[in-house]
Amino acid sequence: MPKITFIDVDGTKFETNVASGLSVMEGAINAGVPGVLAICGGSCACSTCHAYVDDAWTAVVGGPNDIEDATLDLANERKPSSRLTCQVTVTDAMDGLVIHVAKND
Amino acid sequence: MSIVIVGAGQAGLQIAESLRRGGYEGRVLLLGDESFAPYQRPPLSKKYLADDMADERLQFRPVEQLTKQNIEFRPLTTVTAIDRAAGEVVLASGERVAYEGLALTTGTRVRPLPVPGAEHPAVCYLRGLDDAKRLRSQLASAARVLVIGGGFIGLEVAATARHAGKTVTVVETLDRLMARAVAPVVSEYFAELHRGHGVELRFKVALTAIAGNPDGSLTATLSDGSTVDADLLVAGIGVLPNQELAAAAGLECANGIVVDEFARTSDPRIVAAGDCTWHINRRFAAPLRLESVQNAVDQGKIAAQSLLGNAVPYQDLPWFWSDQYDVKLQMVGLSQAHDSLVVRGAPESAAFSVFYFKAGELLGVDSINRPAEHMLARKLMSLGISPSPDAVADTGFDLKTLLPAP
Repeated sequence: MPKITFIDVDGTKFETNVASGLSVMEGAINAGVPGVLAICGGSCACSTCHAYVDDAWTAVVGGPNDIEDATLDLANERKPSSRLTCQVTVTDAMDGLVIHVAKND
Repeated sequence: MSIVIVGAGQAGLQIAESLRRGGYEGRVLLLGDESFAPYQRPPLSKKYLADDMADERLQFRPVEQLTKQNIEFRPLTTVTAIDRAAGEVVLASGERVAYEGLALTTGTRVRPLPVPGAEHPAVCYLRGLDDAKRLRSQLASAARVLVIGGGFIGLEVAATARHAGKTVTVVETLDRLMARAVAPVVSEYFAELHRGHGVELRFKVALTAIAGNPDGSLTATLSDGSTVDADLLVAGIGVLPNQELAAAAGLECANGIVVDEFARTSDPRIVAAGDCTWHINRRFAAPLRLESVQNAVDQGKIAAQSLLGNAVPYQDLPWFWSDQYDVKLQMVGLSQAHDSLVVRGAPESAAFSVFYFKAGELLGVDSINRPAEHMLARKLMSLGISPSPDAVADTGFDLKTLLPAP
């Protein structure tokens, strides 16, 4: 299972293995990362699972889909590496992925 | 020293976690009457029903994440009474649990069909995970599905069933879909959407009786005398707040457990949050009851603050969503009291928003396949910015320019 490292807003690091096919958001929830709120549960309806893909991984992870892009439009401190983690499906190629959690509130 | 939370849904879990984040060090007991750890309900009518999504994927947290936060979660635990004088709740087992603070997050239950024959085994409801499991299994072997109720649950189930190739009929007593929630223009759009996918919609008729057939199917009789044969009948005709426990303890109840803007019941040691509350939100003049994720989460936070001794008024903006086929309906605010509306964008383009106004003030916005506009509307409304109807009607005008400079 791919290993993913989450770095929460306050700098706390969470290392976890996430099965391919789950979303990155589900990986964060299962690992108990407090900054990933995911209020809508992964329906791409709220933007509270916002995070930044580490610069080394943006090519592997890719950019947002259309609905996600629109939902992120006004997100707090959006960056080019911004993703809604509920919309990122974990693949074997993401082993070692590093995710920086955005300020979700 | 302990806080007891009755009901392990989204509001109950939110209160438990907010208590810990707020520094509460006493015991936190989260009592659920189902066998499952706290789980999300929105996917039950959508993704969960549509495929073999594992139950674990519905859970908010693995149970060990609750344990880690020192939240004692107890499944299959029914509370039968609140002894306010003793400061204890009484469990079905007879055990009594003392509390210094109590939270009621008892949710709702489905309104049962009030017709003869409703106990037929091919009649399903959808509220909890047990309901969803049963519905999913019966849906798999059904060819003809009859949905009673053209509200969110009924339509999401209809879309899922149609997607699975079933013959689907929806019966609605009013003259349009989601009539309590959206404007006719939105109802019309969704009626066309469902018809386009092959769903038969029957308006202004009610279910009057259900009769079983020898092959296990059923025949539903409608108020116009017509009949519909179905292998599965799904009823989505609303819910009732679970307030009996509170009422029996002498707490004030109306259409839900009555709470003030701090989520406090008529007993200051007892709070309530989520679908079960008849509550005050500072944004609105009248009390209200909401069935939504947003209310469960935001009111849950307020209730936790009250238990921690901090009176924080509830004034969050309501928002909702519904997914039907590949169409995303997102709503913000409460628009029922509107006296005018402006449609921004064209319904024919399958991407538009409806802005609802009262005396020129924006009450709410429904967005169809326009997530950016929904998020913008949420931002504007939470900042108290009300665009004029003229500005909204001008599609050449960028509403984003109304936001304060960052």
